Amino acid sequence: MPEGVGESAAGRWRRKLLDLLGRNLSVVVLALLCLISSVATWREQNPITSRSGGAVARQVLEACQTTCSVLVVARDTEADRVFAQAIEQGLDSAGARIAGRVFGQPRDVRLEVERIAAAGGSLDAIATHRIASEWGPVRTAGVPVFSPGSYHWPTFLTARNLLNVVNQNADIAIIALGMTLVILTAGIDLSVGSLLALAGVIAAVAAQEWFGGAAASPVGLLAAMLLGVGAAALGGLLSGTMVTAFRVPPFVATLGLMMLARGLALILAVGHQRRLVGGGAEGTPEAVRVDAAAFAWLGNGAVLGVPNPIVLMLVLFVAAHLLMTRTMFGRYVYAVGGNVEAARLSGVPVTAVLLAVYCLCGAFAGLAGIVDASRFEGGRPNAGELYELQVIAAVVVGGASLAGGRGRIAGTLIGAMIIAVIQNGLNIAGVASYEQKVVFGALILAAVLLDRLQPRLRRFRRKSL
Amino acid sequence: MLELHRISKSYPGVDALRGVSLAVGAREVLGLVGENGAGKSTLIRIVSGAERPDGGRLEFEGETAALASPADARERGIAVIHQELSLVPQLSVRENLFLGAGWSRRGIVRRRWEEGEARRLLGLLELDIDPDARCSELSLGARQAVEIAKALALEPRLLILDEPTAALSPREARALLRQVRGVARRGAAAIYISHRLEEIEAVADRVAVLRDGELVHSIDRRGPAGAGDGRLPLDRDELIEAMVGRSLSMEFPPRLPEAIGETRLEVRGLSAGRRVRDVSFDIRRGEVLGLAGLVGAGRTDVARMISGAMASDGGEVRLDGRRLDLRSSRRAIRSGICLLPEDRRGQGLVLSRSARDNFALPNLDRFRRLRGVVDRRREGRAFSRWREQLDIRVSSPRQRVATLSGGNQQKVVIARWLERGAKVVLCDEPTRGIDVGARYEIYEWIRRIASEGRSVLLISSELEEVLGMSDRVLVMHDGRIRGEIPDPARADPAGVLRIAAGIGLSEESSVA
Repeated sequence: MPEGVGESAAGRWRRKLLDLLGRNLSVVVLALLCLISSVATWREQNPITSRSGGAVARQVLEACQTTCSVLVVARDTEADRVFAQAIEQGLDSAGARIAGRVFGQPRDVRLEVERIAAAGGSLDAIATHRIASEWGPVRTAGVPVFSPGSYHWPTFLTARNLLNVVNQNADIAIIALGMTLVILTAGIDLSVGSLLALAGVIAAVAAQEWFGGAAASPVGLLAAMLLGVGAAALGGLLSGTMVTAFRVPPFVATLGLMMLARGLALILAVGHQRRLVGGGAEGTPEAVRVDAAAFAWLGNGAVLGVPNPIVLMLVLFVAAHLLMTRTMFGRYVYAVGGNVEAARLSGVPVTAVLLAVYCLCGAFAGLAGIVDASRFEGGRPNAGELYELQVIAAVVVGGASLAGGRGRIAGTLIGAMIIAVIQNGLNIAGVASYEQKVVFGALILAAVLLDRLQPRLRRFRRKSL
Repeated sequence: MLELHRISKSYPGVDALRGVSLAVGAREVLGLVGENGAGKSTLIRIVSGAERPDGGRLEFEGETAALASPADARERGIAVIHQELSLVPQLSVRENLFLGAGWSRRGIVRRRWEEGEARRLLGLLELDIDPDARCSELSLGARQAVEIAKALALEPRLLILDEPTAALSPREARALLRQVRGVARRGAAAIYISHRLEEIEAVADRVAVLRDGELVHSIDRRGPAGAGDGRLPLDRDELIEAMVGRSLSMEFPPRLPEAIGETRLEVRGLSAGRRVRDVSFDIRRGEVLGLAGLVGAGRTDVARMISGAMASDGGEVRLDGRRLDLRSSRRAIRSGICLLPEDRRGQGLVLSRSARDNFALPNLDRFRRLRGVVDRRREGRAFSRWREQLDIRVSSPRQRVATLSGGNQQKVVIARWLERGAKVVLCDEPTRGIDVGARYEIYEWIRRIASEGRSVLLISSELEEVLGMSDRVLVMHDGRIRGEIPDPARADPAGVLRIAAGIGLSEESSVA
């Protein structure tokens, strides 16, 4: 029956909606998960930000105009200082007098109040946040206390938590990019976790031993990082060669590389330690510390308040999306995955495409390894264990078919975020890590099942509507 | 034993069987012949329970049988031996013989019993095969024989063999035919399907000819004295006339007046094992060269070798006098040789992608901007141009090619090569699985391609098509070119089929 004939308007809308949902199932799942996490973390919020600081300043000014002198109280944290600064700016611009400021403990408030009194100064108001307003010395100071009003809002849905969730999973997401390419060609790469560790250790050892250790220049550090990424890319190229030239199944080829790379990472780390401590050192694998402070920038710095790993991740996703949708290479990858014989007969250089795909997957894993090493200020030979499974899960949950040819970069981003949100939600809800494993296992099974059932679902949808 | 009464079956767009009535009795071998697409396979699928007829009645051993599944048919004693082998190569002959259910005692293998039974079965067929040999170590002929033994283990009442000798050497094929006669002698019935008329002559008591889904002719070779091996000789010409029959009045577009130019493609001594032997021919500019022959004659391999899809053992191909590098499809396409593969869905298209993507796949370098970025506007314009010219029916360029009809899928592949500017187009069964209307359009395009000075190699198992469309036809049999038809429009189809079937060739190269 042709679509849309003899259908009521409501039926047509229902079909369209179901179609849309069916095609973007992972988006729906992610939205649902966010909703659940939000509801589960609905808490009272006491914001300590520059905006709430401004609000307090306006409260104070409304109550006692510009004539009063105000004590600003906050704790000794970065957020508190921003908050306090906003209060002072607000008061200053209106011409109110700042009697004093406290960054510290309740005891410090008492001392400051006593100091003002001793100096004969007047004190008409205290401006602070919710938490400090409960302090004894603040309440007993005998003047009105102003603090921003609290409100209810999901802890999950605060900018801070969201950035945190994404930041902690940026490395998984970056590797998942490469894995998406491999899975699109109907392959699999189990070596990514090990390549991550290898890249981190190589970068760290290079930075320490070749590029000057603590005195390493930014260029030297960059070179060390590129060395790490290059090594991982080379690893990918090796599995690509096994897969193309020798027709080794990807599973086996990358399983071998997985062990090989992990072993190399451990050997390098132990060797470095021996050189550091002297020949007699015990051969236990420890992280290779990088002394150059700039090394940590990539993993811990931020651009306009957004942590660097997230920025890197987003840039890579946009680049990969363009690569897969706008370039010959992207088309070739889809063609090879969809029907390798048809691709070959259409003149697609199948071997070169596969080599490039595995090489890129290794490079992405290496990049994630550099981020990881930078975050921990050193290369950890045990980093990334079992990452391959998380990454594959992210790609599959994102809608890519393990049979190849089907899947999108955007889907993988959503898949990675789904995994991150579940992890975060379970953490906030206080679920133990063992139980988290069960949840993840079930999730992966559900995603794969959905993939298998999709043709049937589609048929069913067509029939029922 | 088996009686079919007015069996019919249709698929969308095709009546595969139209009221076919047939019978085969005990101790009898029925030979079933017909051109490709005549309905033989459909008939076998119905008798073996793989498909149900739309109409008609099937009687087996005197009672009306509704075969629900292949397992059901097996249960009733109908065994089928397909062209492809179904043995597990890693297992021994004995293990393969008793692989199916029902041979063990509560799941435990009865080894002693199996050993005796295996010897008995192999003895029945007079086979000198070690039951403990691994199947992968056996020759193809021996494996096919084991396949028959495996079928006999079930003590079938009816044995069906579908092109069983396709992969066998002449000696192995002769042995197989003897075994089939032996099976019939012991009381079972057999249906033997083959393109090779000499095999039919060697094995069949009666012969039935199918054409366009109808039973058009039947020959009983048993004399008035009844069954036995004293069969009357088979008149192969009579069979061939019946297979070809009257013209289907298939319509072909008129030839365009463009003249045929000088030689474009020269093929010399092309070989691939036993499948293609020393094939040489030329195609000229603007010429449609037909390649006729039965399935398995090596036509597809010739096309695949010329287009770089398959490695050759020897020989060379020259395009406009320049020797071609045949090592990959990529190189062949670059030099202007393009293949419309026989298996469109398996080898021509990436089904999970859109019509436009499939069209663009070999042409991306033409739509490329700097650094491998595809210019989607140029790509889209090119696709719309061909979509309009070839009348490709898609709802949008992004429609998945899997959801298109066969004709539109084929047009996508044709458009791809036209955009490429192919100099030589190798069409392997270009109208297979395509309905009549789209078929005519494809014929028109083959004509147009030729009239633009390109060369076309047309492979088709439909004699009508290859004779009606080609300027010249070569006939292949058994990997060699056996004849040339200079004026196919006026050629006698029966004569062509005779060459294709290998009749009149020396005994050495034929089978029986």
